[in-house]
Formats: sequence, structure tokens, C-alpha cells
Amino acid sequence: MSAESNKSAVEENPAQASASEDGGDRARGMLRAIAESNALVVFAAIVAALIVGSVLVIIANEDVIDAAGYFFSRPGDTFAAIGTAIVDAYGALFRGSIYNTNADTFVDGIKPLTGSLTLATPLILAGLGLGVGFRAGLFNIGAQGQVIIGATIAWVLGFHVGLPFGIHLAFALLGGLLGGAIWGFIPGVLKATSGANEVIVTIMLNYVALYLLSWLLTFDAFQIPGSDNPKSPNILDTAAWPKLLGDNYNLHWGFIFALVMAGVIWWLMERSTLGFRFRAVGANPHAAAKAGMNVKLTYILVMVVAGAMAGLAGANQILGTERSLTADIAGSIGFDAITVALLGRSRPFGIVGAGLLFGALSASGPTLQVQAGLPIDIVLVIQSVIVLFIAAPPLVRFLFRLPEPRIVKEVTA
Amino acid sequence: MKLELRGITKKFGDFVANDSIDLVVEPGTVHALLGENGAGKSTLMNVLFGLYDADGGEVLLDDKPVKFDGPGDAMRAGIGMVHQHFMLVRPFTVAENVMLGHEPLAGSRLLDFSMARDRVTHLSQKFGFDIDPDAVIDDLSVGAEQRVEIIKALSRDANVLILDEPTAVLTPQETDELLEIVRQLADSGTSVVLITHKLREVQAVADTITVIRRGKVVGTAKPTATQEELASLMVGRDVSMTVDKGAAKPGATMLEIEDLRAVDDFDITTLDGVSFDVKAGEILCVAGVQGNGQTELAEAILGAIPASGSVTLDGTELLGRSIRHVLREGVGFVPEDRTEDGLVAKFTIENNLVLDLIDQAPYSRGGAINVKAIEDNAVAKVEEFDVRTTSAKATAGSLSGGNQQKVVLAREMSRPLKLLIASQPTRGLDVGSIEFVHKRIIAERDNGTAVLIISSELDEVVALADRIAVMYHGTIVDIVPPDTDRDTLGLLMAGGKQVTA
Repeated sequence: MSAESNKSAVEENPAQASASEDGGDRARGMLRAIAESNALVVFAAIVAALIVGSVLVIIANEDVIDAAGYFFSRPGDTFAAIGTAIVDAYGALFRGSIYNTNADTFVDGIKPLTGSLTLATPLILAGLGLGVGFRAGLFNIGAQGQVIIGATIAWVLGFHVGLPFGIHLAFALLGGLLGGAIWGFIPGVLKATSGANEVIVTIMLNYVALYLLSWLLTFDAFQIPGSDNPKSPNILDTAAWPKLLGDNYNLHWGFIFALVMAGVIWWLMERSTLGFRFRAVGANPHAAAKAGMNVKLTYILVMVVAGAMAGLAGANQILGTERSLTADIAGSIGFDAITVALLGRSRPFGIVGAGLLFGALSASGPTLQVQAGLPIDIVLVIQSVIVLFIAAPPLVRFLFRLPEPRIVKEVTA
Repeated sequence: MKLELRGITKKFGDFVANDSIDLVVEPGTVHALLGENGAGKSTLMNVLFGLYDADGGEVLLDDKPVKFDGPGDAMRAGIGMVHQHFMLVRPFTVAENVMLGHEPLAGSRLLDFSMARDRVTHLSQKFGFDIDPDAVIDDLSVGAEQRVEIIKALSRDANVLILDEPTAVLTPQETDELLEIVRQLADSGTSVVLITHKLREVQAVADTITVIRRGKVVGTAKPTATQEELASLMVGRDVSMTVDKGAAKPGATMLEIEDLRAVDDFDITTLDGVSFDVKAGEILCVAGVQGNGQTELAEAILGAIPASGSVTLDGTELLGRSIRHVLREGVGFVPEDRTEDGLVAKFTIENNLVLDLIDQAPYSRGGAINVKAIEDNAVAKVEEFDVRTTSAKATAGSLSGGNQQKVVLAREMSRPLKLLIASQPTRGLDVGSIEFVHKRIIAERDNGTAVLIISSELDEVVALADRIAVMYHGTIVDIVPPDTDRDTLGLLMAGGKQVTA
């Protein structure tokens, strides 16, 4: 039978091709399409999101609203107010995330940039793990829980164990890595043995991790002596990341560590046999199985690696940025990292870029609020709109008149 | 009714699927549209049927220009189409399927079942179809389903009937019956357009032959033309239709299968006690109509599905081992669905060529990939297997079917093999690629490898086999020599035991 003949000559859109590959897994295919979308589309989505952000800035600005009230008598006022609002907003965004032009010295002025890098660090680490999962066809929504477990174990080792400087740090990092790995192993092994959907299992494990931590924080061993607050004391100095640029800045060597890990993950995915297997299983599990690869084992290993990276993100927060453990230790890192991984197209260097962008966006939040009088949520809206645009490549292609992708080349890097 | 296509052009982006095609189908004739897969036959018919908008040209019925916005328009104008994949509602009866979309009404709201039933009986009798209007589609054989599709088209007063690769799913007997029906239809005044790439059918039934290659009409021929002439037109160069192959020199028994049994996910028996053996240096072809357990046979040997019984390769038991182990024992496997099971479409050709060897030297050492070794291997294989590509770094998905299959073959033959299993090795390939694949398979045999071919193309089976095992309902009905005549093979494929000794 010649199945080819009635497929005609239309080249299948990659999104559709992967979506139809596995009966009920269309959503998976769509997510993968997002995760592997074209770099140009990602860039266009960011631009589009900033434009949409501008519109919101304009609508929310009181001067603009006032001036619009007498638009027909003096329209120039409205336009001037719009201009001021946009310049204020993006000015604040720049001052809040990169360089504070109002500062007296360069040392103070550059502070926002170091803040952005600090905030980007856990997003990059957790995003790297998620990216590995996405490329192997697994939708791990469990980074949040993995971050929490990683942070918890790193704190325990960083506070309750006494070791010399350096060794102590490495030991605590390794503990965080293993904690996250275990939290990834559970859904991995469940998927491999019983076919349990990793999306649901990982979401549920996020809650387990969160309430486990909240419970642990009720014990004396996790509280500052003499206090009943669910907040732990700081880790020992021997386990802490040294500051990268001196005590003036929060930025610590954990950021460099994240960049190194990006290189490691790149090597793993592009240059190791294991990564080849991850990618093959992700792109076509049927062909991978027929070539003798153990697909189930691969799923478990992928989840372990993804969990390990998220665990490192948590450990890194404790050992570098936060130093003490609270129930809110993970913030929204695990979820923002999903966006970062998608935005970075699951590629390590893309994830570093996306992590830096999101770090900068969240760093600028307070400045936007104080200096431009904008609700802090505008940052969240811009982040969300970026994702929305990436999720709808046809819309972005239409808006920016980008050509349809024809032949999908495998991107190696 | 006379159907005429004038200068039909259809483009997909830069790709011209139909390049100003002219075609005239005279009333009461069988017009064969012959071409390789991807030549543009189906696109042309989809344009005619109003499924695609043409970029140029016009359709004329009885010399009057017509324009169809969809299949409904085309059907009302008297054009019927039987698709390669049947469009039947399986739990419905024949009569219900025939009336679907054109329900005759009794009174204002009630369906007139008896009228639909009468119509089926009438058409069925007229052409000797032997179809019960009350039979449920699920209970019918593939051949009967196809006849229901034909009745469906005729009941809507089709004067032009388009059959898209109608024999792909039929046994040789069913094929002969269909060709007879086609002849009868033409004699009773219906024009038939037969889309096919099978030369034998064209010669048997067509009045006029139009050959299409790469979207263009490259010639017309009389049915008296030889297969070689038709094939050369189709491919654009001389092709030999026979496979050059010396006598087999069978050695020791290499593969021995004993009472192999398997069930599918619904506990339905797919393999029902299969036993046979293949010797080193011989080709055993498993013939049979699709869906009689051939796919499961290949997968059971590979270890992709659980099975009981015994499969020994050179004395080693394969059952119960992982696919990786089976491959390492010296089994090459060319899956029947190469895009699904054979290749990772998004991967480069380079990477696809080492998909099963990536964890071994020289392609990796200590867990690290050796990019250079992979590149060198790809360059060598692309050359050796004549893979037509701009670069070994192009994705496998960008290759044509024939070139994809060459990549799969190149990979599977790059290990030292004791047994090569190839399922439907030339399905959907062009004549040129078929020639190449057949040559490589025979070369592998002459190297002393045991070769197991599973194919539903009888021509292929006859051309390649040193022995033919016919499969029916999960068992091997008989093993016969390759010079067995088609009728006998056809009977065996339908489950009949060989009568003559």
C-alpha cells in the first residue's frame, strides 16, 4: 500500500507532525512545539509583549487618563502624556534591572544588574533541567517541588554538618542535587513502571514537597533557637557561596556555577551518548525503542537529571542568596523556570538568555512600582504575554510577516 | 460522460505538484493514471474533486467548464471517488453507509431504509457484487468494503468513477475481481479513472494510459506497451523489471522459529503457532494479505512484543531478550513503517545512521560522542547507499521515502548480520529505489546472511524469494517454491490449503 501517495506534497508543519505522532498526546506535541520554536519567533514574541506592555502602561497611567479627558480641546497633551508614560516605564525597567542612572557612583549604579543576575541564577539552573525533560518528551511541572527539596537538604547539610570551607559547600550542593534527583526519580519511575502521567504526578509532588517543608519548619531543629517562627537560622559560612563582587552586592559565585552547569548540560545533550539517547527518545520513542534503546529507563534518567538541576537551583538559593529556609524558599522559581525553558527553546544557551531576561524583569518590578507608579503585576503581564505569543507562532508570524518554516533542521547547540 | 482537464496547475509553496496537466477521459473507457508515489496523481484527483483549489487550468464535463467548491459539488455533477482509505462508518450497515449524506426520505422526516436497501440490491445484482445490504461493514472483507464504496459512488449516479490505488489492500484474487468490475462498469458507460503504480493492472484493464512524472504528463501509452516501456516512462530512465539474482547457496539453518504465539492488547491471537526456519544465504519471503500476523511476527522476533514459543538464531534463544540484545546478536531490522519506527525524522542523517550504535566504539567512548566518527561514517554510507541529499547534516525527515529507506538499510547493514528482517522493504518507494533496495538485499543474502522478507506485494515476493511462506490468520499456511503460480499463491493467501501435492 502506498501511504505516501495521498499525503500529497504539502510539507507537514513540525508542530502538527509531532502532535499526531502519539494518539492522545496532542497537548504534549503542542508543548514541544513551543519548547522548540524558532529563535526569530521568540524574539518577535518578546517585542510583541513589550508593545502590549506599553499599551497597558498607557492605560494605567493617570496623567494619560486625565489628558484624555480633554483630548479634543488639546490632543497634544494626551500624546505628550503617553510619551512620558512609556519613557518613564521603560526607563524604570532599565534602571531597575541594568543600570541605575540616578545613582551617584558606578558602584551603586550597577547594583540593579547584579540583582538581575542573582535572580536569574535559580531560573537558569532549574530551567536547564526542565529543558532536558522537554527535549526528551517529558513535561516535568515538578521543578517547584524539586527546588524545595533541594533547598531543604542543602540547608540541613549547610547548618547541621560541620566541614571545612569549600568541602562543606560542595557537600551541601551535592545533597541538594540528590534531593532534587530523588524528587524527579519518583515520577520518572512511576511513569516507566505504570505509565502514570508525569504532568499530574509532578504537580502533586509539588504540594507534597511544600507541605513537607512547612511541617519540618515546625520543629526546633529547623527554627532559630528561642523563636517559634517557621524560619530557620542561616547556614554556616563554610557552606556559603562567596560573594562574586564583594559585599556590596548580593551576586555570588552561584551565578558562575549556573553558567558552568549550562555548559555541562550542553555537553550532556549534544556530546554524550546519554544525551543522544534523551534526544532520540524525545523525538521518536518508537524508533528509539526499535534501535535498542530502553525508553522506560531513559524516562527515569531524564527525570533524575531534571530533578537534580532543579535541586541544585534550590541548593544554590540557600547557599548563596537566601541562606535561611522558609516555606517560601522556592518563591515561584519552579514555575518561572518552565517559562524560561520554553523561551530558551530548551537549549542551554537559550535558557541562560531567557533566565537573564526574566531575572531582569523581576528585578525591575520594585523600581517600576516606585518610580513609574505602575503596579508590580505589569512585569508578570509582560512575562505572560511573551509566553502567550510564543505559544501562538502563527499569530506572531502573521504580525511580523515571518515566513512559514519549511524544512525543520535539527539545531545542534 | 466525458471528463477533460485542461492545464491544471497546483502549487504548494514553491513546489509544483501539478504542472499544467491535460487529461481527457472518454465516456465508457478506463483511463489509467500511472505514476510513482509523489508524482502528483492524488493531488490531481483532489483538485478535480474540489478538495484543493487549482492555481490554474479548468475542468470540463461534456465540454462545459465546471467549478467545484468541494466534494459535494463534484458528486452532484456525477463524479464519484473511491479513496485509498475507505470512508465508511464501520458499525453501520451497507445500506446505511450508502444512504449516508443522501438519505432518501419516506414522508417528510422518516428515513426510507427500504429504498436504500433496494438500491444496494439493484446495483449489487447488476454488477454481480454479492453484497448484502444489511451486513455491517465491520463484518465485511476488505474487498467487499471496496465494493460498498463503489456502490456508494454509483448510487449517487456517478458517471465518472475515480479509483485511488484500489488494489493496494486486495489479495490477487480480489484484485482480479475488481479489475473485472472496472471493465464491466466501463462497458456499461461509466468512465473510470484508475490511479495506480502497478503496471500489471494497467495492462490488464486500461484503454488509455497517461503517465505522470514529477507533476507533469510525460506521455501516453496503449495498454499493449510492455512493462519495461511503461516503467521507463514512469521513472524517466531505463529500468529492468526483473531482479538479477543467482541461485541461492543455502548454508546451515540460521533462524529457527518454533510454535511462536502472541496476542495483541485486546487478547486477540495474532500469532497462532508459527514455525519455520531460514538458512544462512537464503531469502524467505513471508507473503500474505496485510493484517494476518506478519507485523507481529517481525516484532516478536525483534523482542518488541511479548511472545511464547521459541526463536533461535544460530543456536541462541532470542525470545525474552531486550531489543538491544537481539540486535547485538546480529539481527538487522528494517521496520514496515520507516517514519514511525525506522527513523527519527528530526535528527540529521548522520545521527540516524548511528541510532543503534551510538553507545559503541568508534561512535562513542566513555560516554562521549565522537562527532568525527559519526561524520565520517555518514559520508561513507551516503556514498555507498546512494542517498540523494544535499548534506548528511540534513534531517532525515527532509528526505524522500526512497532515500529514507536507504538510510535505514545502510544503518541496519552496517553491523555484521546473521539475520536481516525487512518488513515491506519497498513500500511506497519509486521504481528506482526499489531496484536499489532489492539489489542490496540480494547482496546481503550472497554474503551468507539469512534474510526474512515480509511483503504484501506479490511481485516483490516472487522476485526476491528463494522460498515463500504464506501467512494467514497468524499461521503459516504453507511454504512453497518461488515459481509457484499466482493463483495458487492467491488461494493460500486467502487461507486455502494447497490441493495439489
